[in-house]
Amino acid sequence: MEFKMAQAAAEVPPKGGFSFDLCRRNEMLSNKGVPPPSFRKTGTTIVGLIFQDGVILGADTRATEGPIVCDKNCEKIHYMAPNIYCCGAGTAADTKAVTDMVSSQLQLHRYHTGRESRVVTALTLLKYHLFNYQGYFQAALVLGGVDANGPHLHTIYPHGSTDTLPLATMGSGSLAAMAVFESKYHEGLTKAEGINLVCEAICSGIFNDLGIGSNVDVCVITKGHKEYLRNHQLPNPRTYVNSKGFSFPKKTEVLLTRVTPLEEKVEVIEGGDAMEE
Amino acid sequence: MSIFEYNGSALIAMVGKNCFAIASDRRLGVQLQTIATDFQRIYKIHDRLFLGLSGLATDAQTLYQRLVFRHKLYQLREERDMKPETFASLVSAVLYEKRFGPYFCQPVIAGLGEEDKPFICTMDSIGAKELAKDFVVAGTASESLYGACEAMFKPDMEAEELFETISQALLSSVDRDCLSGWGGHVYVITPTEVKERILKGRMD
Repeated sequence: MEFKMAQAAAEVPPKGGFSFDLCRRNEMLSNKGVPPPSFRKTGTTIVGLIFQDGVILGADTRATEGPIVCDKNCEKIHYMAPNIYCCGAGTAADTKAVTDMVSSQLQLHRYHTGRESRVVTALTLLKYHLFNYQGYFQAALVLGGVDANGPHLHTIYPHGSTDTLPLATMGSGSLAAMAVFESKYHEGLTKAEGINLVCEAICSGIFNDLGIGSNVDVCVITKGHKEYLRNHQLPNPRTYVNSKGFSFPKKTEVLLTRVTPLEEKVEVIEGGDAMEE
Repeated sequence: MSIFEYNGSALIAMVGKNCFAIASDRRLGVQLQTIATDFQRIYKIHDRLFLGLSGLATDAQTLYQRLVFRHKLYQLREERDMKPETFASLVSAVLYEKRFGPYFCQPVIAGLGEEDKPFICTMDSIGAKELAKDFVVAGTASESLYGACEAMFKPDMEAEELFETISQALLSSVDRDCLSGWGGHVYVITPTEVKERILKGRMD
């Protein structure tokens, strides 16, 4: 009896998967009139297009928590495989967790098969995972890459449906970005034209939608080569910074100071064989 | 009333030149009643890694105990301390595990990594990491804290100037928030020492 109780009480780190043990308490709190918190979202415009040699993905860099900008320079283009990248919109924790999970599954698959990963493999893994959770994972993704069958671009919706398209936009700024794409896209774009078009689409989101802002990240994937242009464009620099900075003539009043030195000073007494006396 | 406003809290971490500072307020309340003015929100994980937890105090204490447990297991297995980046990933995983029934906490992690390079990070309550190069804030006073830090921060400050800046940012923001304040608790960590200071603030 005692042995079994000890086993139940031992807090062994769990083997994986979700743990639902706080759900009952949280539901009780929400019934008592305490609403659940809002999570960090990536308001976002994420775009992708296929050009003559491969795929270009683009994203803005603002993360919001309600109406407040909590991160002015976050990364929304996540690594999946050396030839596949995925942009994520929606709840930030969900997009990061689902792309990291599928990225590690793809790595294991690469070790198992000895071949480069295919974009449809990543697509299938992502859509199965999202469908299993019936849309509770708020992650809308734009997946792009170049594999043995050529360049591919897919969009994945939070409930698990997918689209395969030559141009894709997701997020709150998707309408602004799609408007730019529809008017200027044509087949056979060169790399420079493609990057320009992606930047224009993201900028239209940055300047017209409140959930999107800061800088433009671009990722160009071609056969055997990828270029991750972090902060490719900075259309919102902080120009009027006071060069003098703040000086505080009246210092803060300190009640107590405690200093803990970190490096231990060991005193070595030379030739000290006092014990031998 | 949001669950984060039940106890009230304010936390900042700022990066300086080969040093960092982490500061918190000292109030513990139950909605509008104050029950303690010496509540500890910043915990030491090891000599060069500090964790601040804002939000519901009970979840903050439980989460701290879980993380210390995991870190001690790591120390026993690896025979060394955890790097700040690794610890941030651990906290993110522990929080995301409770994705559908989360802890009502927002952690702020600050540490000195390889070659004494300062590292700061914050997360929302389900583990979405935000790695910043300048400052991170959390708590009920976060909106004022964002504004104050944005204005007062300068890159590459030395330890004394960093202490002054973070203290002024903290005190001016909590003065505009009913649920946090009652003094401040600031830790400034350089490669050679940890200086802990208690600030005098408005007690209202």
